[in-house]
Amino acid sequence: MMKRSIITGQRLAAAFLLGFVLFNYPIISLVNKPGEVFGIPLLYLYIFGVWALLIGLMAWAIERRKD
Amino acid sequence: MLQGWVIASASFAYLGVLFAIAYYGDKRADAGRSIIANPTIYALSLAVYCTTWTFYGSVGRAASTGIGFLPIYLGPTLMAGLWWFVMLKIIRISKANRITSIADFVASRYGKSQLLGGLVTVIAVVGIIPYISLQLKAISNSFTILLHYPEIVMPAKAVAQPLLQDSALYTALILAAFTILFGTRHLDATERHEGMVAAIAFESLVKLVAFLAVGVFVTFGIYNGFGDIFDRAEAVPRLKALMTVPDTGTSYGAWWSLTFLSMLSIMFLPRQFQISVVENVNERHLARAIWLFPLYLFLINIFVLPIAVGGLLHFPDGGVDADTFVLTLPMAERQEALALLVYIGGLSAGTGMVIVETIALSTMVCNDLVMPVLLRWKSLRLQEERDLSGLLLTIRRLAIAVILLLGYIYFRAAGDAYALVGIGLISFAAVAQFAPAIFGGIYWKGGTRSGAIAGLTAGFAVWAYTLLLPSFAKSGWLSLDFIKEGLFGITLLKPQQLFGLTGLDEISHSLFWSMLANIGCYVAVSLRTRPDVVETSQGTLFVDAFRQGEDAAGSRFWRGSAQVQDLLPLIGRFLGPERAREAFLAYARRRGLASIDALEANADLVHYAETLLAGAIGGASARVMVASVVKEEPLGLDEVMNILDEASQVRAYSRQLEQKSRELEAATAGLRAANERLKELDRMKDDFMSTVTHELRTPLTSIRAFSEILLEDPKTDLTDRRKFLAIIVKETERLTRLINQVLDMAKIESGNAEWHTADVDLQEIIEESVAATSSLFSDKRIGLDMSMAGGIPKVRADRDRLIQVMLNLLSNAVKFCEEDRGHVAVRLVRDGAFLRVDVEDNGPGIGEADQQFIFEKFRQVGDTMTAKPQGTGLGLPISRQIVEHFGGRLWVKSSLGKGATFSFALPLNREETGHQEESKEK
Repeated sequence: MMKRSIITGQRLAAAFLLGFVLFNYPIISLVNKPGEVFGIPLLYLYIFGVWALLIGLMAWAIERRKD
Repeated sequence: MLQGWVIASASFAYLGVLFAIAYYGDKRADAGRSIIANPTIYALSLAVYCTTWTFYGSVGRAASTGIGFLPIYLGPTLMAGLWWFVMLKIIRISKANRITSIADFVASRYGKSQLLGGLVTVIAVVGIIPYISLQLKAISNSFTILLHYPEIVMPAKAVAQPLLQDSALYTALILAAFTILFGTRHLDATERHEGMVAAIAFESLVKLVAFLAVGVFVTFGIYNGFGDIFDRAEAVPRLKALMTVPDTGTSYGAWWSLTFLSMLSIMFLPRQFQISVVENVNERHLARAIWLFPLYLFLINIFVLPIAVGGLLHFPDGGVDADTFVLTLPMAERQEALALLVYIGGLSAGTGMVIVETIALSTMVCNDLVMPVLLRWKSLRLQEERDLSGLLLTIRRLAIAVILLLGYIYFRAAGDAYALVGIGLISFAAVAQFAPAIFGGIYWKGGTRSGAIAGLTAGFAVWAYTLLLPSFAKSGWLSLDFIKEGLFGITLLKPQQLFGLTGLDEISHSLFWSMLANIGCYVAVSLRTRPDVVETSQGTLFVDAFRQGEDAAGSRFWRGSAQVQDLLPLIGRFLGPERAREAFLAYARRRGLASIDALEANADLVHYAETLLAGAIGGASARVMVASVVKEEPLGLDEVMNILDEASQVRAYSRQLEQKSRELEAATAGLRAANERLKELDRMKDDFMSTVTHELRTPLTSIRAFSEILLEDPKTDLTDRRKFLAIIVKETERLTRLINQVLDMAKIESGNAEWHTADVDLQEIIEESVAATSSLFSDKRIGLDMSMAGGIPKVRADRDRLIQVMLNLLSNAVKFCEEDRGHVAVRLVRDGAFLRVDVEDNGPGIGEADQQFIFEKFRQVGDTMTAKPQGTGLGLPISRQIVEHFGGRLWVKSSLGKGATFSFALPLNREETGHQEESKEK
């Protein structure tokens, strides 16, 4: 159980690192441009998309653990 | 038309519902059936993070800085990913030590220091009170705006209103009453407030629903969805700019520091610490909150930008404050009910924050500021008072009232000034100062009290100088010269360009310098000072929290003598005599004792009493109080070190034991395998012996039988005699061959065989072998085909031995072929780095299962019990040994009824492999 718990923790920490990189300079400067996709501003869409992805990843890591 | 009484009664009805929920929650908690013991409730209550600053202020921020408001919510999302390690550890430490506030946490970690507890409390109060003012302002503003429905009138400056007509004053008073009722109903040893948490979770739901409702209304009711709003924004250059962040280093820097700041705030804002750590029912609830809380933040932020853009489009002249768009947009569209719902949502955001924050602050003020002073104040004779629990509650209630009044006074003083508007982030930056002492405290044993005090003081001072004082100056309370010219006119001391640092926004600037000062002093002073006994033991308990057992390990560090009749009244004075007796009785029962009298006042009990007391008055004061009734023999630093060493030795020893037992297991498994192998070998040897004797006996029997006939019957005629003698000779030959092969086998196996290695020509060997066996072929009239590739190089091997192998394979092939119809093919081919020889026959073939046995000694295919054995059973094993000696291999391919192909391959580069083989043999 302890081992599983550590694996879950590592998955979450990886999600943190991924989010930290995706939400900050320089990655964010790539989408910090005027322009729209499906009528939604690019940066707005990008941030909420990554945000949803992170929540999904964390939920996956948490809810599939068996302890 | 919304009348004042409608809004007021809606507000009171809402507060009434909160009361009811809180009351019900407390009742259930008393009955032992908690309604908040649920991860979803826990996650919802964490959303107390979203105050009116989120509910109204996010839209305001989005209207001025566009998408730049988001990092304040991205930070907590990211931090949630680290909660699994960090928050869990803090929760576990806090539960073990009955920690009731963030000040208590820091004080306990650094040797239960009253000074440190007080310092943290002061920083928190200074940093948070303006933030409480902000909530009061938002609530009263929203009330005033709604009162003028359907007209949209911006509230006049608060200062313009007479005191008794100021809705903010009433808001403050009502909230104080509510907080006092549910925050200090009784003194709990763990300082938990289940009813309050239930109400907070409910409030989180209300503000989310209200915000989503107005978001959907603006986006889909006033406009035609996201695309429509963003399309319209695209047409206005000022709005278009909101969709991106200015592409400058400063704005990316601000983005980063806001993310970082909010990561720390979600951990260390007193209200967050209260809800996530102190009020935590079960640490397992944390797991679900790790993704549910970010989801909440996600949902409450989706509509912020559309509402901001919608508001700016709707009120283009700037007469309406963007902070009020959430409320004024529904009002402008004459949506009475929605406007009221928004107002209630804002009310819930504000009250939630105020209630939790004041409870957290009042606990800190009481335990870490007031009690230490009162207890030292000898003339008050508190030491002689029998029951102090009433006094404690009174202090807390007063603290709540005072904090809210201070908040109100600040609100009256600041009004619309910058000092209030910008306070959200300024507060965040203040509580961020706790981060080094706390993170250092739970991961670094070397952090000392002096280090923590130095770090906090330095960080707080830099924060005040670079953020708080400038905000006062911008509000007109201080001369602006101090910002423009620097302190005493020294340019390097300009508070927002300290030491000439430019290129950062004010928050990033302050965060950088304050963190540099804080961490720098914390580390430097910690490294220069030696921790005392209590610091060392507490440091170990905190850092190794995950390694401690269930029973608090704190008692290891206490030695002395105590009396139960001293301890019990002491605890009783603070918790009330009844509760103290109950707690002691529960402790006695856990130890299997019938009554309190049977308790022995040992280190464990003293520790238990101190922890119990810590829940009521904080760790630092609890230590002082307990020390006043027990005789502690102070442990020397050396002794503490010894205990720690012992503990780590025990740990190391048990690790070694585990390691040893694992090794032992492995060794046992190895031995068992070796034993099995030995038994197998023994069995094989027995088999070998019995087979050899059996094989020897067969020819011997027939030799003896024929010899006896010849001896006993001299009249046997000559033909018979010759026949018998021929048999005898043949059997003798067979005997000799058998014995030779057994000896040969033994020699090869023991490595004593003689090898005459030379360059040999396989073609020549095959031809010679075929010639030697040609009579066998012609006797049984079996056909023989030979095909040999030309230009075959020589291999290094023993010529005679290879002939032996060939003869064996050829005679086997003949043996198993039917007379007349038999056919044998011999091939020599080059196969990569090997030369391969195939001997193929069309005999009965060998079953899959038998193929591996035929290379074992004395194994012959077929039923050896009935059929006469057709060979010695040693030929193939010997051949295989020979081929393998020269680095080659010998195998068979066959299936029943389809003949068999025996092949062996020898490597071409005999030079090297041959040497290796020889060196191996030595």
